[in-house]
Amino acid sequence: MVEFNLPANSVVKEGKTFSAPADAKNVRAFKIYRFDPDSGDNPRTDTYDIDLDKCGPMVLDALIKIKNEIDATLTFRRSCREGICGSCAMNIDGRNTLACLKPIDDIKGEVKIYPLPHMPVVKDLVPDLSQPYAQLASIEPWLKADSPNPPDGERLQSREERAKLDGLWECILCFSCSTACPSYWWNSDRYLGPAVLLQAYRWLADSRDEYTGERLDALEDPFRLYRCHTIMNCTNTCPKGLNPALAITEIKKMIAERRA
Amino acid sequence: MKMQSDLGRVRGLGSAKSGSSHWWTQRVTAAANLPLGIWFIVSILAGHTADYDAVQAWLGSYFHSTMMILMIVSVAVHFTHGLQVVIEDYVHNRKVEMISLMLIKAVAAFLSVAAIISVLRIVFAGA
Repeated sequence: MVEFNLPANSVVKEGKTFSAPADAKNVRAFKIYRFDPDSGDNPRTDTYDIDLDKCGPMVLDALIKIKNEIDATLTFRRSCREGICGSCAMNIDGRNTLACLKPIDDIKGEVKIYPLPHMPVVKDLVPDLSQPYAQLASIEPWLKADSPNPPDGERLQSREERAKLDGLWECILCFSCSTACPSYWWNSDRYLGPAVLLQAYRWLADSRDEYTGERLDALEDPFRLYRCHTIMNCTNTCPKGLNPALAITEIKKMIAERRA
Repeated sequence: MKMQSDLGRVRGLGSAKSGSSHWWTQRVTAAANLPLGIWFIVSILAGHTADYDAVQAWLGSYFHSTMMILMIVSVAVHFTHGLQVVIEDYVHNRKVEMISLMLIKAVAAFLSVAAIISVLRIVFAGA
């Protein structure tokens, strides 16, 4: 059954407050979810008052400033800091997005930062994504073809065929969408989720792939695909502006098309 | 203790290779319910259900009794399909899920058959 109440040891408590230096003029509070599995303590929210005059413009800049200058124990993933690696996906101001692409100025009042929702938390803002990664592997996200490679070069694709992959190839697998999806929250053990289904469609839409039927066979399942109820949280939250809900609809249309 | 790999767990029992007919039927009955529902509301507003005689005269026509039975079937199918999705979404105890699914289907079957028999009784009462 769906759990509506958190277990007692998951209730988030109020944590410490780190005040800004006395001479700071442009102060903003960052309220950040903290969880340390080694301590056995409940999760808590720590508040860091940051002098925005001495901080970069993005939420990730503030997180890096906190880790470097205030509290080195704060744990989060980051790498490219320009929205192409997908590492710093987290829930900022109530919405899943990339910390590196989210301007602090977009947020009114205190900046609340939590890990991606409904995933096991490894530590602080780091969720355990091994399940979505395994789900991605399960759809076999690579070109599958029986025709031998052309001897004189790559497999060709017309401009029109290539254009069908636009809006799909840009996905950086940050899983902001999947972890924003209520259907994925309740049934992530069986539902593949919007990120993985968009990847599945990326290969269904590829003119060079010759395993469309087998791919559709594997997806045609009441849970794997049809748990999508077009709630559209995925499309709303995608930090890259993609439309996973549309990709899922296209898969449903392909399956409808091959039916009697 | 579970030591199965994530991929093994995700692949699980494999694809059910079904679900599309459920999804499609839900959409078709939704589309059918629109004209049937409009017909039903218009008929009520037109006073065809004012008293028993009015109902008998109304359902006495082939068209209206057929529409009525079609609506009963379409609504019942749409209702069970929709509720099935809700139960599958939220009820994760397999036994409770199976029993609830059978229960809603039984209730819908009973109500729709009872409704159809009622229509037929009215239709044939005057015959």
